[in-house]
Amino acid sequence: MRRRAVLAAPLILAAHIARAAEAAVTIDNFVFTPERIEVPAGTKVVWTNHDDIPHSVVHAGRPPGFKSPVLDTDETFARVFDTPGRYEYFCGLHPHMKGVVVVT
Amino acid sequence: MTEQPTRRRALECMAWAGTGLIWTVTGGVPRSALIGSAEAATGFTFAQMSDSHIGFAREPNMDVPGTLAEGLAAVKVMAAKPAFVLHTGDVTHLSKPAEFDTAEKLFGTIGLDTHYVPGEHDVLDEAGTKPFIARFQKRHTQGGDGGAFYSFDAEGVHFIGLNNVVDLKSGGMGNLGAAQLTWLERDLAGRSASTPIVVFAHIPLWTVYEKWGWGTEDGAQALSLLKRFGSVTVLNGHIHQVMQKVEGNVAFHSARSTAFPQPAPGAAPSPGPMKVEAARLRSMLGVASVTLVPGQGPLAIIDTPLGA
Repeated sequence: MRRRAVLAAPLILAAHIARAAEAAVTIDNFVFTPERIEVPAGTKVVWTNHDDIPHSVVHAGRPPGFKSPVLDTDETFARVFDTPGRYEYFCGLHPHMKGVVVVT
Repeated sequence: MTEQPTRRRALECMAWAGTGLIWTVTGGVPRSALIGSAEAATGFTFAQMSDSHIGFAREPNMDVPGTLAEGLAAVKVMAAKPAFVLHTGDVTHLSKPAEFDTAEKLFGTIGLDTHYVPGEHDVLDEAGTKPFIARFQKRHTQGGDGGAFYSFDAEGVHFIGLNNVVDLKSGGMGNLGAAQLTWLERDLAGRSASTPIVVFAHIPLWTVYEKWGWGTEDGAQALSLLKRFGSVTVLNGHIHQVMQKVEGNVAFHSARSTAFPQPAPGAAPSPGPMKVEAARLRSMLGVASVTLVPGQGPLAIIDTPLGA
């Protein structure tokens, strides 16, 4: 069953990134959800793999600007996006899976 | 001489092949029959195994090393006595050294050489293809540095192991890349068109289902280099189910996994593992034998499930 996207409410982190907003992208049924996410600069985007097959998050630039390790079931990858822009990415194992982070 | 099948017959053979179907090709023309009614194969035989996924431990299979061992046992008792095994990738699930260890140990138990090509699950380490090459392709001269592709000859057949699982492009499918295609062209140059060719690679070289990435972006370029050969057999894995078709002199075949089945194209929301009940699992896992009969040119592929 496909889970709907949940944009995590901004939350205050006690850690060193004070007041950093967080946004969630889930992987369900070989789909990044939401496929397009728009966040303000400084947001930490967290990907969580809910599939029982591993996936990864690889920036579509050549060479990639960022690349996650392989994410097994329920593993997460986080990246803070400080610079406005459009960041297209895909799954390094299943490249037909695509997503984009738009940082404003 | 075998009777000349009609185009309709050929198209029937392009449809899904069920359990227990024997697939033969005579002079590039497909023919299929149920096991038992087929003539006994008497030529050079090798086995194909695929998608062992050592390290996977979820529904529907919590004991993937166990079902791999069952697959190896099935190869060992094949009536046609395979000379070696071709493994069409995804030996491991997460490319972990312990997973490679387990696989190497299990494949070492049957007393047959295994020739491997990587699946995308085998090259997840930071070092890319290097651990896989060091572990499973030592005996072969690499076609390119770190490329994980090579060729070898056995019993007059030219075997080509390709790697279509690295440097994948966003939105794309499997990928061979320019360097590998150049090597392939050189590898085939000067070979007689009557040499039987067996190509093995993880992701299907032909497009099975683009929406799930089941195909190879530049597969057609590789196939065009093989056009002049009278007998070409392409063996793949990745899709965890038997699928076959024939185009001209090229016979395509994908083998079952020994770990878990995947759905037919478009039959589920995603290509993830099918959660089949334990009683049905082994009917959807399996191994294949491939036999070439000298002098006649027929090639027979028999897919054998691990259980009923």
